[in-house]
Amino acid sequence: MTTATDMTTTARKTPPMLDDFLARAALAGVGLGLAAAPLGCFVVWRRMAYFGDATAHAAILGVSLSLAFSASPTFGVLAAALAMAALISGLSGRGMAADTLLGVAAHSALALGLVAVSFLSGVRVDLMSYLFGDILAVSMTDLLVIWAGGAAVVGLLAWRWQPLLAATLNADLAVASGIDPRREQLALTIGLAIVVAVAIKVVGALLIGAMLLIPAAAARPFARTPEAMALIAAGIGAGAALLGLAASVAWDTPTGPTIVSAAAGCFVVSVVWGGLVRRR
Amino acid sequence: MTALLAAEGIAVDLAGRRVLDDVDFSLNAGEIVTIIGPNGSGKTTFLRALIGAAPLARGRVVRKPGLVVGYVPQRLEIDRTMPLTVNRFLALPRRAAPAAVEAALERVGVAGLGRRQMTALSGGQFQRVLLARALLTAPDILALDEPTQGLDQPGEAAFYRLIEDVRRDIGCAVLLIGHDLHVVMGAADRVICLNGHICCEGAPTVVSAAPEYRALFGLGTQGALALYRHEHDHQHDHSHGHDHSHGHDHDHSHGHDHDRPEDAADAR
Repeated sequence: MTTATDMTTTARKTPPMLDDFLARAALAGVGLGLAAAPLGCFVVWRRMAYFGDATAHAAILGVSLSLAFSASPTFGVLAAALAMAALISGLSGRGMAADTLLGVAAHSALALGLVAVSFLSGVRVDLMSYLFGDILAVSMTDLLVIWAGGAAVVGLLAWRWQPLLAATLNADLAVASGIDPRREQLALTIGLAIVVAVAIKVVGALLIGAMLLIPAAAARPFARTPEAMALIAAGIGAGAALLGLAASVAWDTPTGPTIVSAAAGCFVVSVVWGGLVRRR
Repeated sequence: MTALLAAEGIAVDLAGRRVLDDVDFSLNAGEIVTIIGPNGSGKTTFLRALIGAAPLARGRVVRKPGLVVGYVPQRLEIDRTMPLTVNRFLALPRRAAPAAVEAALERVGVAGLGRRQMTALSGGQFQRVLLARALLTAPDILALDEPTQGLDQPGEAAFYRLIEDVRRDIGCAVLLIGHDLHVVMGAADRVICLNGHICCEGAPTVVSAAPEYRALFGLGTQGALALYRHEHDHQHDHSHGHDHSHGHDHDHSHGHDHDRPEDAADAR
């Protein structure tokens, strides 16, 4: 895991404005927060938390495969996340309880990925950076990938917003209105895989689920409509990224987990606030 | 008259069990058709198959091109994690003009509830909002799956009157799964008695006199029970080896149990 102090030696070949690794880290965190949180609202509404975890944990398997074939880790992670999502979508509804199936898939993917990494004897793999992220080592290229991926996810959600909401509310209601719920599920699955691929650098495979869930859950008490909840969640996600980054610099703590802790803090504040408002 | 919707020999399997077999059905414009049948008789599955939500094991459903179906499901649970006002719900999946939304809410008798959260509505208000949403799409068919579940008797009667009024106003066909036989049968042009297959169908008076109907629902009085005993050996003209154990093999001790509440198993 990289902390603020050992990053002072980072090579600097980037444009002056983004010369500072902290500026790049901040932009990476904000980019992830803005994209992950609105998607996370659907994860919350559809009770897909385990689905998100399983997809995220498959990322480690993707990393090891892409290193074995000397491919770009981003594409390896994307492919593994998509494959995992397709696998559990295909298996669900075949007699086993969904949470059991997803739990099996999530833990197996993580374990298999860690085993696969150990086979890569010739390659030096910084496993910790994939598990917990390495936001302070984000390069200009990484930043471009994160923002392009984030824009793709937000674009996908904006494009499918109405049918996605209808399908989330009730599948039969959606079908009667001419919407194919499986297609909307596919859109969510693709969005999830992209978020996993861009988030692994920022918070790591183990905590991607947190960046999906926590800002969305924290936004709930403040929102009266789905749109408001998605926007507030995006704000909380981006704010938590900045807050966590600042705290990790101030206290020299691991950045990814600090960002998630900041999001958790926002959640606690929101729950308390929500409780107070209800009581009045 | 050309049918809005026609099912030809459809069969539906749920979890490996055939719950609906060999059903032919067609619905004409402006018609009110009520579907009745015991719990687990495939009523909800039949409606879902007609709107395209249940995959067919056999047969096909033909819909008129451009057919708009306003569907009111048996149960709509809105997850508490989703904030949703009535107005926002009515804009799914297509947004309507605010004036049209106001008018639809007023039409179903819940004017002014637009800014309320869906989860804060009473059972009756919720069903009326579901109906308003279906009406906003200017449907050719209103498909309602036990829309009065959870309402008390006056609420139920008022809701059925509302459906009749709406049908008169916009001239849509109505396909309705019934709960209380007496209430729903009065309004229907045609009643279909379903129990895995169509047992009998026709005008309400014809169906209520049919031996198949009596076999399924009994007659509810002591005097009628003798008549019923004579009739319980009625024959069906089905050739598909229908399993009588979930059909007409009714237990005489409670064969005329009218007030049996429809339970959740029926929705599965």
